[in-house]
Amino acid sequence: MAVTAQEPVTRRSAFRRPTAETGIWSWITTVDHKRIGILYWLTAFFFFLVGGIEALLIRVQLSRPENTLLSADAYNQLFTMHGLTMIFFALMPLGAAFFNYLLPLQIGARDVAFPRLNAFSYWVFLSAGIFIYSGVLLGGLPDGGWFNYAPLNLIGPDPTATEAAGQIAVAEANHISRMVFYSIGLQIAGIASLASSVNFIVTILNMRAPGMTLMRLPIFTWATFVTSFLMLFAMPVIGVALWQLMFDVRFGTNFFNPAAGGDPVLWQHMFWLFGHPEVYILILPAFGIVSEVLPVFARKPLFGYSAMVFSLIAIAFLGWGVWAHHMFAAGLGPVANAAFGLSTMFIAVPTGVKIFNWLGTLWGGRIRLTTPLLFGVGLVAMFTIGGLSGVTHSIVPSNYQQTDTYYVVAHFHYVMFGGSIFGLFAGTYYWFPKVTGRLLDDRLGKLHFWLMLIGFNVTFGPMHLLGMDGMPRRIYTYADGMGWNFWNLIETIGAFIIAASIAVFIANLAITRRRGEPAGDDPWDARTVEWMTTSPPPHYNFEEVPQISARDELWHRKYVGGATRPPVRVPAGASPDHDPGESAVDDQAQPAHGPGHTGHADIHMPSPSYYPVIAAAGMPIAGWGVYAGGPVQVALLALGGLLILSGLFGWVLEPSAEEHA
Amino acid sequence: MRARRPRGAARSARRGVWSWAAIALSGLLLAGCQTDHPQNTLTPQGPVADLQQNLWYVVFVIAVVVFILVQGLILYAVFRFRDRGDDDQSIPKQVAGNTRLEIMWTIIPAIILAAIAVPTVKTIFDLAAVPSDALQVRVIGKQYWWEFEYTGEEGQGVVTANELHIPVDRPVYLTMESLGQQPTDPTGVIHSFWVPKLAGKQDVVPGHQRTMTIEASEPGKYEGTCAEFCGLSHANMRFAVVAEETADFEAWIQSQTEPAASPTGGLAARGEQLFTERTCIACHAITGYEGGDEARVGPDLTHFQQREKFAGYILENNPENLTAWLKNPQAVKPGSQMPNLQLSDADVDALVAYLRTLE
Repeated sequence: MAVTAQEPVTRRSAFRRPTAETGIWSWITTVDHKRIGILYWLTAFFFFLVGGIEALLIRVQLSRPENTLLSADAYNQLFTMHGLTMIFFALMPLGAAFFNYLLPLQIGARDVAFPRLNAFSYWVFLSAGIFIYSGVLLGGLPDGGWFNYAPLNLIGPDPTATEAAGQIAVAEANHISRMVFYSIGLQIAGIASLASSVNFIVTILNMRAPGMTLMRLPIFTWATFVTSFLMLFAMPVIGVALWQLMFDVRFGTNFFNPAAGGDPVLWQHMFWLFGHPEVYILILPAFGIVSEVLPVFARKPLFGYSAMVFSLIAIAFLGWGVWAHHMFAAGLGPVANAAFGLSTMFIAVPTGVKIFNWLGTLWGGRIRLTTPLLFGVGLVAMFTIGGLSGVTHSIVPSNYQQTDTYYVVAHFHYVMFGGSIFGLFAGTYYWFPKVTGRLLDDRLGKLHFWLMLIGFNVTFGPMHLLGMDGMPRRIYTYADGMGWNFWNLIETIGAFIIAASIAVFIANLAITRRRGEPAGDDPWDARTVEWMTTSPPPHYNFEEVPQISARDELWHRKYVGGATRPPVRVPAGASPDHDPGESAVDDQAQPAHGPGHTGHADIHMPSPSYYPVIAAAGMPIAGWGVYAGGPVQVALLALGGLLILSGLFGWVLEPSAEEHA
Repeated sequence: MRARRPRGAARSARRGVWSWAAIALSGLLLAGCQTDHPQNTLTPQGPVADLQQNLWYVVFVIAVVVFILVQGLILYAVFRFRDRGDDDQSIPKQVAGNTRLEIMWTIIPAIILAAIAVPTVKTIFDLAAVPSDALQVRVIGKQYWWEFEYTGEEGQGVVTANELHIPVDRPVYLTMESLGQQPTDPTGVIHSFWVPKLAGKQDVVPGHQRTMTIEASEPGKYEGTCAEFCGLSHANMRFAVVAEETADFEAWIQSQTEPAASPTGGLAARGEQLFTERTCIACHAITGYEGGDEARVGPDLTHFQQREKFAGYILENNPENLTAWLKNPQAVKPGSQMPNLQLSDADVDALVAYLRTLE
């Protein structure tokens, strides 16, 4: 496609540089990592609510046998979108929200390495969410499960809608469009993840405050670092598979079509080679959060910091060698099944190290039972259950019975909900005062926690039993007399208890917004440098970039000599890639400062930009082009491509910071 | 409530040392006063399911011990070391780790897992072995029902659907494929063959051939289901394995080789005529009927009345259900390949009458 955008000839861009500091345009054009973090959190929480409503509909449908509330077609779309929404549009971006907001603060930097790329990541993520949900108006939402196995994704659920030729055409068109929304929606979301993973890796490697060696990084930053590498390598794998799927369903290739020499098992390998690291992409941020929260409220350093770092790396590394445990029943043969069974067993070792080290952190402390601590301990307790049921999956012959049953549904909800979501709420309660300057109400927070803990276990605990009792996954109905009625009803009740707990949380947000207790810089007596600046932090984060001389820098500044045991002395010095005399911002070699920095003329911050949002907007438009046909297709592809290219050109030709404020 | 065949009074003596755990778990499963659990994995009825079950109990018991240990330690730590809000504002000792402890809790789990790995790997290979003297059955998964074709010496060529008859105490070796409409049509999707009381799952993958062994120790009807999401009516793709004493099985398979008898008159004869006129015969084989042997799009109906249920083993085989099915198959089983032929009530009655004669 030959696209010639009217590019600016000078370094003045096509648009006047945005200058708004308040109002909606300041948010649309922001490159401030903190604002982007807040946008990520709010958007992801919105999708979390959407995915939750989908879950409630699923649970209502299954509350009794032979229920007719939802049709098979509606149910299949709902369970597919529940999975896709929670994974790609709620949990991953909630993790990204924490990465964005905290990473520069935790390493004493003023922003991420590539602020506009950061904004681009957010807008691409949002456009992916809008794109995939736009399918609801255009023939339906994806309905093949989040795993979307071939060749069902090619053939469709209803191969011979036999009533009339017109209906066959409609059913086929709907099926193709649903798969287009699946494959392109996730490709767009993957671009967002790739861009942010590069950004975080570069930021951590290059922008640490002087003295912050890798082994002095806050553990949450380590989790960010490891998760970013997982995203960097996992997203291309699914990207290739999605690209091939898009061509199979829309343009008639046959990568996964067994009728034409393709292989549906290839899709499974590629999907799970991405899909299993993806599980760790979802859980490691929560591990990082809880590893920050437990030490602060136990008033002790993280037990076995080095072991925690290396177990993160070990989990991430082993996570690449276990994908076929999702395919034990696929018939790969005894050698492959034995190998992947063994590798799956041994991933339990570094995971166990984490759990015991968290226990060691609590042990002997003076534990303040605040809401973040409760959610953190909740993660340790609930994730342990998910981890143990995970070990039972590695027993391959017994897995032949459990796979694709509600036992597996129970397992991964104990990991994803009992692990990730509990951890993300621990982080939300913990860092909320830093972000807003106000403390969330602790009593409402505890009510939220207990309701959620009870509702969670009432919902997902009985699923173990139903799975052992032979209830398969992904069924929109079940017969009476299978012995499943009682526990299904209980689970539905549990789901509404979870919903009530979320309502309490939203009420807490609303109340705090009006009359929350002011937090001050360091309300929790915390240990890491993000608590050294004001709450909320100024947009340049730190007046002075802190010199780091220890892990738990802030604690050592507060307590040196004050504790019953003097802190361990770490030789002061710079990380090898830093000149200790240089501030982090100087590394960016930005000669100018942006607008609105009066009083801090020496702090150079990147300027806001229109281009990330323009480039991101082109992606769903091109995507709708693939959905459409004929001239509309060409027009939309051209428009989308033009927007992407002009956004990227404008971005490249625009200086990252404006020279005249 | 459905009536079910009574099971043999004598349960298999093959109960491991873990039977107490089975009792405890079954107790939980039985909550709600539902006594029938046709797909319970905790009550295996054959050697394959037993092997899989035994391993589960090993790891289950270890998991329960670890669960109690960890949860107990968490609760103890949180209560024992909680801030009591008293005047003592001293900062606890800043312990940053303990190498010996950390090595211990790295190595001990690794040793436990290595110990579990040995029987696991052995069982994987045992289950993959091809049994000798097995009954040979070809299994074909379709959207959304199962076809069974006997390919060994016994009952060669017998084709049935959704109810697989097998003899007890003899391994049955299944050769499995997924197909589209005709036996040569490769446009199937992935299904998974699962009879919980007899064996774990085996996916049936289009373009590939998969095999598995099942065996029943007791006569009885063992319910199964497709366990891999296969489309709109995945939930309606159920089936059963009927295990019989050898003599009963041989009698059954002999009966299957008999052609269907033509009805002598009345409504059923009109139904037989409609079966051809309305092109039912194009998809459903009725052996012995002219031109009807090769059609295998839908289930073979030669001995339809011998089946307890139909339409993917979801409907009791009775005139009311047959009537509802023939009038609008998609309403009963969404996505079914059975078309709505817009039959009149009289035609439906005649067809039902004819189907009722197919003993």
